[in-house]
Amino acid sequence: MERFDFVEMKVPAKPEFVGVARLSTSGVASRMGFSYEDIEDLKVAISEAITNATTHAYKNEEEGEVTIGFGVYHNRLEIMVADHGGSFNLAKVKEGIGPYRQSESIEQLREGGFGLFLIDALMDKVEIKNEYGVIVLMTKYLHTNEVGLDDDQISATQ
Amino acid sequence: MNINLNVELVEQGTTLHLVLSGEIDAYTAPKLKEELLPLTKRAGASIIVDLENVNYMDSTGLGVFISALKSTKEHGSELKLVQLQDRVRRLFEITSLDSIISIDSTVRGGN
Repeated sequence: MERFDFVEMKVPAKPEFVGVARLSTSGVASRMGFSYEDIEDLKVAISEAITNATTHAYKNEEEGEVTIGFGVYHNRLEIMVADHGGSFNLAKVKEGIGPYRQSESIEQLREGGFGLFLIDALMDKVEIKNEYGVIVLMTKYLHTNEVGLDDDQISATQ
Repeated sequence: MNINLNVELVEQGTTLHLVLSGEIDAYTAPKLKEELLPLTKRAGASIIVDLENVNYMDSTGLGVFISALKSTKEHGSELKLVQLQDRVRRLFEITSLDSIISIDSTVRGGN
C-alpha cells in the first residue's frame, strides 16, 4: 500500500472559515514543494469546494461542519471536502457549470455556478460523490523534475 | 497576510474609483456587492474598480462583477476593472468572462 500522511480539519460551515481553510491548504502545499502557481490553484479549488458546502448543504440549518482531509503523497496532494448536509442536487449543479459562452446574453448570465467549473479547470483530477452528503475529492500532482534514482543524471565522461 | 477585504471609494465627478485591497471570497464578496451595486445604479457613472491589491479572488468575486455588469446595462452606467494581478486575471480568462467584462489589459505581476 502506498504510504501517505494524512491531515484532517473540521471547520464550521460558515463563509468566514473559507479563508482559514485556504491558509491551511497553502501551508500543506507549500510544505510539499508545490510551485507558487499550483498553490494559488489549490487555494481557489479548496475555497470553491468549501463555499459550495456552506451554501448548498446547510441552507436550512444553523449548524453544520465541513470536513477537509489532505492526503499527502510523495507525488500528489489529494484533498477531500465533505459535508453531511445531503441536500445538494448534484444533477442540477452539473447542468449549470461551464465557461461563459458568447451565445449567452448578459441578462441571462448566471452569477453563480463557476465554482465547480474552476475546480475542474485548476485540479488534475476531480471526483464528486453524492451518497451521504457530498464529497469532493480532488487531486493535484507535484510537477517536479522527475528524475528517478536509477537514472543517469549527468554523464560524467570526460 | 490579509484575508479580509477593504473597500475605498474615491469620487471624481461621474468617475467612481473603487479601490479594493485584500481577498475576495465567500465571506468578503457580500461586502463588495453591497458597496459596488449602488454605484452601478447611478446613470452615466463610470465605475473603475482597482484590483491592484487584491491578491486572491474566486468565483464568488466573479459573481459580484457579473451582477454589477448586469446592473450597469440596466441603469446606463459603465464598469471597468483595472490593475488585475495575473492570478485574478486568469480566472476571467478561464471562464471567458473577459470577453464581456471590460478589463484593463495592462499586464502586471503578482505581489
